[in-house]
Amino acid sequence: MDDIAYWLPLVWASILAVAVTLYVILDGFGLGLGILFPFAPEEERRDVMMNTVAPFWDGNQTWLIMGGGGLFVAFPKAYGIIMSGLYLPIIVMLLALVFRGVAFEFRWVSKPNHQWWDRAFSWGAIVATFSQGLVLGGLLQGITVRDGTFAGGPFDWLTPFSVFCGVGLLGGYALLGTTWLIFKTDGALEEWARDKAKLALLVVLVSTVAVCLWTPFSVPRIADRWFSWPNMLWLSPVPLLTGLAGLACWRGLESNAQSQPFICTIALFLLGLIGLVISNVPYLVPDTLTVWQAAAPPSSQMFMLVGTLILLPIILGYTAFVYWTFRGKVRAGEGYH
Amino acid sequence: MDVDAVLLSRIQFAFTVTFHIIFPSFSIGLAAFIATLLVRWRLTGEERFNRLARFWTKIFAVSFAMGVVSGIVLSYQFGTNWSRFSEVSGNVIGPLIGYETLTAFFLEATFLGILLFGWNRVSPNLHVTAAVLVAVGTSISAFWILAANSWMQTPAGHEMIDGVAHPVSWMQIIFNPSFPYRFAHMFTAAYLTTSLVVLSVGARYLMANRFHEDAKTMIRMGLGMVAILAPLQLVIGDAHGLNTAEHQPAKIAAMEAHWDGSKPGGLVLFGWPDAAAETNHYEIAIPNVASFIITHDFNGLFKGLKDFKPEDRPPVMAVFLAFRVMVGIGLTMIAIGAIGAFLWFRGRLFDAGWYLKPVVYAWPLGFIAIVAGWWVTEIGRQPYLVYGILRTKDAVSPVAFGAVATSLAMFVAVYAVVFSMGILYIKRLIDKGPAGKAAEAPDALPSRPLSAAQGATRESLAAKPIGAGE
Repeated sequence: MDDIAYWLPLVWASILAVAVTLYVILDGFGLGLGILFPFAPEEERRDVMMNTVAPFWDGNQTWLIMGGGGLFVAFPKAYGIIMSGLYLPIIVMLLALVFRGVAFEFRWVSKPNHQWWDRAFSWGAIVATFSQGLVLGGLLQGITVRDGTFAGGPFDWLTPFSVFCGVGLLGGYALLGTTWLIFKTDGALEEWARDKAKLALLVVLVSTVAVCLWTPFSVPRIADRWFSWPNMLWLSPVPLLTGLAGLACWRGLESNAQSQPFICTIALFLLGLIGLVISNVPYLVPDTLTVWQAAAPPSSQMFMLVGTLILLPIILGYTAFVYWTFRGKVRAGEGYH
Repeated sequence: MDVDAVLLSRIQFAFTVTFHIIFPSFSIGLAAFIATLLVRWRLTGEERFNRLARFWTKIFAVSFAMGVVSGIVLSYQFGTNWSRFSEVSGNVIGPLIGYETLTAFFLEATFLGILLFGWNRVSPNLHVTAAVLVAVGTSISAFWILAANSWMQTPAGHEMIDGVAHPVSWMQIIFNPSFPYRFAHMFTAAYLTTSLVVLSVGARYLMANRFHEDAKTMIRMGLGMVAILAPLQLVIGDAHGLNTAEHQPAKIAAMEAHWDGSKPGGLVLFGWPDAAAETNHYEIAIPNVASFIITHDFNGLFKGLKDFKPEDRPPVMAVFLAFRVMVGIGLTMIAIGAIGAFLWFRGRLFDAGWYLKPVVYAWPLGFIAIVAGWWVTEIGRQPYLVYGILRTKDAVSPVAFGAVATSLAMFVAVYAVVFSMGILYIKRLIDKGPAGKAAEAPDALPSRPLSAAQGATRESLAAKPIGAGE
């Protein structure tokens, strides 16, 4: 039983990490398209951009429910603390996603008067992304907890660091969005995306470096983890690979590569998430709750684990099938009139 | 009651869940209807089924999107506003929600892509399969969420350790005492609601002399379902009531505004329950009928509100009124079904303007009944959040009053705008009808060139240019 109580929370933390990663990457490029909307005012271009993601967005967004739901299932204590501690940014994110989500359908049915839903799509994505950055920043800084419940103020999460995380994430999703467009479109739109992707990549690299310096200097625990010997040696591949992925992404943008920039961007995100995990293991709520302290009893985690191990591969299978069904480049004017 | 963060959180949850429930209950029935249409199309080859499926799929897309976005809000609100509830019951409720996500949300969200955009991109049989999978997904979703809700009404299969519920038997947790009744009742309600909408829309077209063939198909299919399901719902509702009387007697007492448990209860047709005076004003009641309904015995006794301490009673007025609205609508639906079936049997259905004209306006009835029914069951569970285990006032998050007030104001503003626009767009799609030109835009998606084998029929059906390829 002791063994189970030790490894079950670790398994669940890994499943949650997978869910969050899939959400960030999959919904990331969808939200990225919304972030790019203000720079692409032409209706035809916007139609194509939305069409590249329309069959997938709903499934992509479901990973957000999986992330929140998984936290509720496996770590109810952490769920309660994180959700109430980061109340306002989470609510704002949900409301922004309302606008973003309905815009997919409303934009088509309201044509030709769809301008407001263009704005809803775009601002919904921008606000949701920025809020997700605030949530990430707020969580990394730590949440005030007393007697096992949240005991801070409603604006504790609002710091220069969390705002910076919000801006960084806007750049990150924009990079995912542009490289996705390179992969899924051609002609003038692809060229345009290549151009914008370079700017986004610079923003991402600069903010990655800034966060990597900012967090260790403000949180000694994280500095300890990275800069003590021999950790420094073992962990050195993470920053090195990040640099390589950034370089490969840039070269993919310069050349005519179709999928390389998108794949490299995914690699960048994966490395960033690995870095976050390394910085914070074994904390789920940094500095307060470890995965073991926050864990639901083994009976709950086990019941859910059995289903997850059976169903997750099936879900990934049919998700892949849908992406395969709607493979290939999306072009203007060919899908609809 | 003072206006505090608890009350605001309650209003916020009630507001968001009331808006939300409208869309999934419509989607559950509509997904099944679309799947049925497509299956019939594959079996018979009749084009009207395909045409109707396309038409309703457009409406489904708009409704489903609203259900999805309002549903995510709910899954996060357990933590944002009810973190003590998450802690106390998360070990039990969490996995139920988790299974809903894994077995239902992913399934419906993923195959929705194929249902909406795959008309020309996948084979017809695969497309029909996608429609069936979406319908199955919506039903599985209802299964889990009602299991979770029923556990909050009639908790079972758990033990309390240090004030926190721990699972003992998952079978008992899922199939808790009220679950089979609640699931049957809600599921039937969803099908009934959608059937009435279909019937109503068909009647509308017929009365306006549009889309004759399609209108008749809709009227037949919608009416057939209403005529069977409306009386069946009465039987299920009665069984559900008996179950509630056994497990949640205070809720039943509030539904009937029954104060004195030492005497048989009368069926209150009209009255104004007064919680302070513990009586009903202006009461018009049929003696002993409530006793007959609840105990199936005219002289049967059931607990009255006075048998419970005032702090253990649900708010009687809201439960009493909402229950009457639900039952009143249920009886109206039985009448719509019975009269329609009689006219159909006599072969006069499509000429009976006196019947079809009012039916045109009957479409909202199911939605109102569902919301009223939910108010009965949720308000009737008060003052508990988890019946007998956790009081609502003890379940709230330690979030500041101002933060909840702000979020509530935002929810009201956003939902008012977004969902009234959504309903307006659904109305427009219905105005345009199955052959409407503009209604073709939504499935405007990349599709591969139609192969010769797929033939001219489908091409003319698609009524749109040949799609993009890889």
